[in-house]
Amino acid sequence: MSEIISVEHLAYSYPGVDDTPGVAVFEDMNLKVEEGSFVAVLGGNGCGKSTLAKHFNSILLPCGGRVMVCGMDTADEERLIAVRRNVGMVFQNPDNQIVANVVEEDVAFGPENLGISSAEIRRRVDNALRQVGMNEFAQHAPHLLSGGQKQRIAIAGIIAMEPKCIVLDEPTAMLDPRGRREVIDTVMKLNREKGITVVLITHHMDEAAKAQRVVVLHEGKVAADGTPKEVFSQVELLHSLGLAAPETVELCWELNKQGFSLPLDRLGEEECARLLYDAVKTQCPGGN
Amino acid sequence: MLKDITLGQYFPGNSVIHRLDPRTKLIMLVVYIVALFLAVSWVSYGVMLLFLIGSIKISAIPLKSIVRGMKPLVMILVFTGVLNLFFTEGETVLLEFWVITITKEALVRAFFMVIRILMLVCGTFLLTYTTSPISLTDGLESLMGPLKKLHVPVHELSMMMCIALRFIPTLIEETDKIMSAQKARGADFESGSLIDKAKALIPILVPLFISAFRRADELATAMECRCYQGGDGRTKMKLLRYRLWDYETFGVGAALIAVVCVLRSFGL
Repeated sequence: MSEIISVEHLAYSYPGVDDTPGVAVFEDMNLKVEEGSFVAVLGGNGCGKSTLAKHFNSILLPCGGRVMVCGMDTADEERLIAVRRNVGMVFQNPDNQIVANVVEEDVAFGPENLGISSAEIRRRVDNALRQVGMNEFAQHAPHLLSGGQKQRIAIAGIIAMEPKCIVLDEPTAMLDPRGRREVIDTVMKLNREKGITVVLITHHMDEAAKAQRVVVLHEGKVAADGTPKEVFSQVELLHSLGLAAPETVELCWELNKQGFSLPLDRLGEEECARLLYDAVKTQCPGGN
Repeated sequence: MLKDITLGQYFPGNSVIHRLDPRTKLIMLVVYIVALFLAVSWVSYGVMLLFLIGSIKISAIPLKSIVRGMKPLVMILVFTGVLNLFFTEGETVLLEFWVITITKEALVRAFFMVIRILMLVCGTFLLTYTTSPISLTDGLESLMGPLKKLHVPVHELSMMMCIALRFIPTLIEETDKIMSAQKARGADFESGSLIDKAKALIPILVPLFISAFRRADELATAMECRCYQGGDGRTKMKLLRYRLWDYETFGVGAALIAVVCVLRSFGL
C-alpha cells in the first residue's frame, strides 16, 4: 500500500507574541499513514496532536521538514485546494463547523466551493447524507439536532468533497456516549466500505482500540506506534505518559500485580471476560 | 425571554410559497410593501389583509408563531398608535380634556398606522419563515448581482448575512447558558434600577463576545478546510430558476398593485 500522508522531519513552533520566544511543538517528527488505513492518534494535552492534524491539510505549514499528501507538498500554494479536497478535517465542536441553516445546504458547502456542476453536487450531497445515515434529516435545521447528529452532518460535509482521507480532531469530545458511538460507527463504516483513510485523534482508549494502528504522541515525538494490542499492552509506558490503557487491559494488569499472569492484549469486553473465566478456572488453587 | 426572538427563523415546509423562487418572494415583498403604502381606505386595507391571510394560509405557517414574533413590537405599536392618536388634527372631536383632543380622524389614522406596521412585519415574517436563509441570501445575491460591476462585494455580504442568521439560535442558546451560570452564582438580572440592570448585563456580554470570537475563528478554519476561497469559481447546488408558479405569483402581485391603485383613484 502506498502512503497517503507522509510527515518528514517536521519542525514547527507556534510564533511567540511580542518578542517572546515561540513554543516549539515538533523538532523532528516523522510519521507515515498508509492509504486506506484507520489510524488513531493518542496523547496527553499539549502533546501536539491537533497541531499535527492541522499540518495534514495546510492549515498550518511546517517551519522545517515537509508534509506530503498524495504526493503533494502541503507548502505548495498552487496545490492548496487539491490538498484540502483530498484531506478533509472534522473538528471537536460540531456547532462551529456548520455554515448553513439547512442540513443539505451545509453538506453542499464544500462541493460548491470546488466549482462542481449542480447536478453532481446534488448527487454527492444525497450520497454523503446516506452514508452517515442522516438522509431523512436533509431538510432539518442543524441547531435542532443532537450533538452526535450534528457531528455526522459535519462528516457528511467533508465526504461530499470525496476526499481520500478524513482527519478527525477529537470529534467525540463534546458528545454523550450515544453520540460517540454514532460518530465512531460512521467513521469505521466509511473506512471499511469506502476505503477512506481515517486519522482519528482521540482521548478515548476504547475508540483507539478499534483502529488498525495506534500512534501515541508525547512531547512532539512518537512514543509508541503499532497495532492496538501492541501499544496497549505497554501499560507502564502509557501510565508514564499520563495515559491509561483500555479498561479491560487495565483490569488484567492490576490482576497481574496480584499474582496472575494474564496476557495484556484483550481489548474487547467479551474476550476479556473469557480470558478471566479461563484464568480463574486454571490459576486459582482450588477454584472450579 | 430570549426564546421569543424568532426573527430570521426558518420553518421548513413544502407549501407553494416555500417552493417559490426566493427572488420572486423578495420582489413580492417589495410589491406588497408598496401596495400597503398605496392603500388608503378600509376597502383597500381589506384587500391587503385578504391577500396576507391568504398567503399565510397557503404557507401553512402556524398563526401562533407569527403572533409570537410580533411580541417585541408591542412597544413600537403602542408608541405609534398613541403618537398618531394625540397629534393628528381633525374636525370631529370625540374626546377633549386638558390639552388632549382626540378626533375621529386621529382615531382612524392611528388604527391604520398600527395595522400598517403589523401587516408590514407580518409580510416580512412570511418571507423569512418560508425561505431558508441560504436561499434568501442566494436570492439577494442574484438580485444584487448587477452591483458587482460597481465593485460591491455582493457575495461576501450575502455570506456574512447567511452565517449571522445561522448563528442566531446558537448564540441565543449560549446566552441562556451564560445567564443560568451567572444566576447560579448569585447574579441578579431582574431587580434594581435600569442602570443596575444594564450593569448586570456586562458579565453576560463579556463571555458571550469572547465565545463568539472563538467560534468565528473555528468556523473560519472549518470553512478553509472545506476549500472556501471566496465567491469566485463557486457553484450552487440549487440553481435559481423561475418556474410557472413564479410567473403566476408575479401576476398576482401585479393584480394586487392594480387593484389598490384603482381603489385609490376612486378615493377608496
